[in-house]
Amino acid sequence: MSVTTERLRPAVRVGPTSWRLHPRAVLCSVVAAVLVAVLLVVDLAYGDLKIPFVDVVRALLGDSSGVNAFIVRDVRLPEAAVALLAGLALGLSGALIQTIARNPLASPDVIGVNAGAAAGAVGYIVLFAAADTGAPSGISADLAIPAAAFAGALIATALLYAAGWRRGLDGRRLVLVGIGIAAALTACTSWLLVAARLQTAASAQVWLSGSLNGVTSSNALWLLGVFVIVAPVALWQGSSLNIVELGDDTAHALGVRPGRAQAVALLCAVLLAAVAVSAVGPIGFVAFVCPQIARRLAGTSRPPLLTSALAGAGLVLVADVITRLWLTGLAVGVVTSLVGAPYFIYLLIRTQKDPS
Amino acid sequence: MTQTTVEAHEVKQSANGRLVADQVTVGYGEEPVVHDVSLRIPDGKVTTIIGPNGCGKSTLLRTLSRLLTPSSGTVVLDGAPIGSRSAKQLARTLALLPQSPIAPEGLLVRDLVGRGRHPHQRWFQQWSHGDEEIVTDAMRWTGILDLADRPVDALSGGQRQRVWIAMTLAQHTDLVLLDEPTTYLDLAYQVDVLDLVCRLNRERGATVAMVLHDLNLAVRFSDHLVVMRAGRLVAQGDPGQILTAELLMEVFGLDADIVADPRTGIPMVVPRGQKTGG
Repeated sequence: MSVTTERLRPAVRVGPTSWRLHPRAVLCSVVAAVLVAVLLVVDLAYGDLKIPFVDVVRALLGDSSGVNAFIVRDVRLPEAAVALLAGLALGLSGALIQTIARNPLASPDVIGVNAGAAAGAVGYIVLFAAADTGAPSGISADLAIPAAAFAGALIATALLYAAGWRRGLDGRRLVLVGIGIAAALTACTSWLLVAARLQTAASAQVWLSGSLNGVTSSNALWLLGVFVIVAPVALWQGSSLNIVELGDDTAHALGVRPGRAQAVALLCAVLLAAVAVSAVGPIGFVAFVCPQIARRLAGTSRPPLLTSALAGAGLVLVADVITRLWLTGLAVGVVTSLVGAPYFIYLLIRTQKDPS
Repeated sequence: MTQTTVEAHEVKQSANGRLVADQVTVGYGEEPVVHDVSLRIPDGKVTTIIGPNGCGKSTLLRTLSRLLTPSSGTVVLDGAPIGSRSAKQLARTLALLPQSPIAPEGLLVRDLVGRGRHPHQRWFQQWSHGDEEIVTDAMRWTGILDLADRPVDALSGGQRQRVWIAMTLAQHTDLVLLDEPTTYLDLAYQVDVLDLVCRLNRERGATVAMVLHDLNLAVRFSDHLVVMRAGRLVAQGDPGQILTAELLMEVFGLDADIVADPRTGIPMVVPRGQKTGG
């Protein structure tokens, strides 16, 4: 193995294989990974009972003896794991969509994935859970709402493909059509809430604000399963996305079929966002803000996929810690939106000033 | 005029040409933009397609590079239909610089030029010593080595066009197609870019085909001229031979004299404006 620092780019070469290194981006992802690990430990340590960090780490590494280990592994880990995985999935999803749309304003929440999931979940809560009979037989209750949300998100995406795809994918068209679909689906959700009984509407509202309360280990496993399958496919697209961002014509000229690369990336992004949102509710702005933060930190031309995912995990974990320690009763989604909304406005203003 | 005007089917073919259009008709909607065009891009030469706005010259170039698929007829490269190879295979033989390529915000010159290596790379082989050498060479040759660490979007139009040409060069192909490489550039930069394109041909032996807007520059920098009007081929051949006042009137509706450049003898188009004409 050799690591060379030539004039252009340092590279790692082992036998016939070779990889290019972007030192600042690599440093960013390492630092982000360490931060996320620390945040995970903090998230597991704080709660009604403070558990020493040492015990948390020991429990995470496999020690299952004692009360502290029980609290960490069986009580708190599902929620923390869902926060971690949902954050990773949302960050990666946002990075993919912003790259293929060539637009920093695009993200799964903007193009209607969240709205679709919300309509699905609220529809299920109002139509089935309201009947006081619990879930329909055969589906366990804690997976029924996520399943409905997932279906809703996929239907929204199908609409987006049908209306937004014209011999390829145009970023502006994708965003505009997506905003339209999101608005229509949000209207559906509002109508369902108005039509529902007060008590049902209240429980639907809790889900809508994006909450980690009440997530179970089956949520975490479902999320982990989808992430482990989809994330490698998405990361695999990295070098093609480098070419796609140069424009459709240049991509063709360099031997990449942009339509295919974009379709694969969009599908990955939607699956990741849908599974995350179905588990935790429509947590806002994570998928939108984190890729842009990661891009600025790493100094790359498009959002770096891995760092964006880690930034997403970091933001959701921070929000989870904040809601547990100081803003008890406030949903995680509210905190992430509080951080994200001002940034969204800032980007909008900046984009208007700079026509490119 | 009569011997240089070509009927669509009886193209006078140069001896050698790897890239051939055979009775190609192509359009975006119902109306074809290019009608039944046959031509052969001569190997080892600089070919320029000219014609008035909307005559289909860019469409023809895009079809030759497989960005567009003809509705009838075929484009043939090395004896096989151009559609028969994979996108990556084609990109190792034929490079295209599109009219308005996008340089993402913050992308560094060396990284953009490096992306020209993509058709030669695989997922486990992304930055070999060869890649490094070829990219460095492409930047040195185009005179942008000093700009390697600058973001592309911070460069002037002329510098940026050099960077794109360096990327095309890093692709290491025998055929290079350029769609209006001088658009939006000042005259000095236009000449600069076309000098570079000619060196690409003379020093590196690349076959070049491009679309240009400016008649005088087209004549000056090409070995072979292809003249189009309303989607059809009107004339092709050596610029010095085919460029006549009649042709300019027929194709461009331009009343102009053709005079020889006092220094090089290359023909120049001098329009008779209203003010001085008559």
